[in-house]
Amino acid sequence: MDKKERRQQAYQRLVEKHSHSSNFAQGLFRAFWVGGVICVIGQCFADLARILFEFTDSQAAGFAGICLIFTTAVLTGLGVFDKLAQYAGGGTIVPITGFANSVISPALEFKKEGFVLGTGAKLYVIAGPVLTYGISTAAVLGLFYFLYGVIFP
Amino acid sequence: MTYLWCFLIGGGICVIGELLILLTKLTPARILVIYIVAGVILSFCGLYRPIVELAGAGATVPLTGFGYALWEGTRKAIEEQGAIGILTGGLGATAGGIAAAIVFGFITALITEPKAKHE
Repeated sequence: MDKKERRQQAYQRLVEKHSHSSNFAQGLFRAFWVGGVICVIGQCFADLARILFEFTDSQAAGFAGICLIFTTAVLTGLGVFDKLAQYAGGGTIVPITGFANSVISPALEFKKEGFVLGTGAKLYVIAGPVLTYGISTAAVLGLFYFLYGVIFP
Repeated sequence: MTYLWCFLIGGGICVIGELLILLTKLTPARILVIYIVAGVILSFCGLYRPIVELAGAGATVPLTGFGYALWEGTRKAIEEQGAIGILTGGLGATAGGIAAAIVFGFITALITEPKAKHE
């Protein structure tokens, strides 16, 4: 009896170990292909903008970002984006879609707390820190870059 | 060929994010902060531009690309306008994306209702 129990426990551990590692690999695979596809869609938007509107590279990249943000807004409004995010994890969080969703989702979620302190304020709950650290880093490095240019012209 | 690199590099950058989620207790908000700061620093060091040239949107669509746009905007503004560029360049270059997220987010909140969560 004791032996049987122990064997069962060992089997249980083995199952857990394998299902854990397969979940791990599955998570990485899903993030990879969904993230990759989102980037390819972005590349399509950028190439279209270059051909149709004769945008420069940086304009086209900005245009592609805006298109993806718009798509995210529509999908979040329809409630589809959350399901996609649950499937893909990092695959939807890391691209610009994740930034867009981090703005749109709380804006929608906190609508019940009013349009000023709910939607208006909570819109920045995650975008705020992202912009704070991004802009501050760029400004500090920009100062170094500027001073370097002044000292070694 | 750009499309293949775009898929591989873009997917790869997302896999790094997924690894951070699975292996650490970092929340998505922290990962986004790490990505944008990493993007600015890598671009400052000149390491991100080659990735953008190789993979196009595969490098500009992930949030590190947002950091790249922030730094490239800052650098160009400093070269063209001097010291004022330190503060105006970054937001100038990323204004479209930031305004789009805010405006589309606000409109979405106006015209739709939050979906009930099943958890």
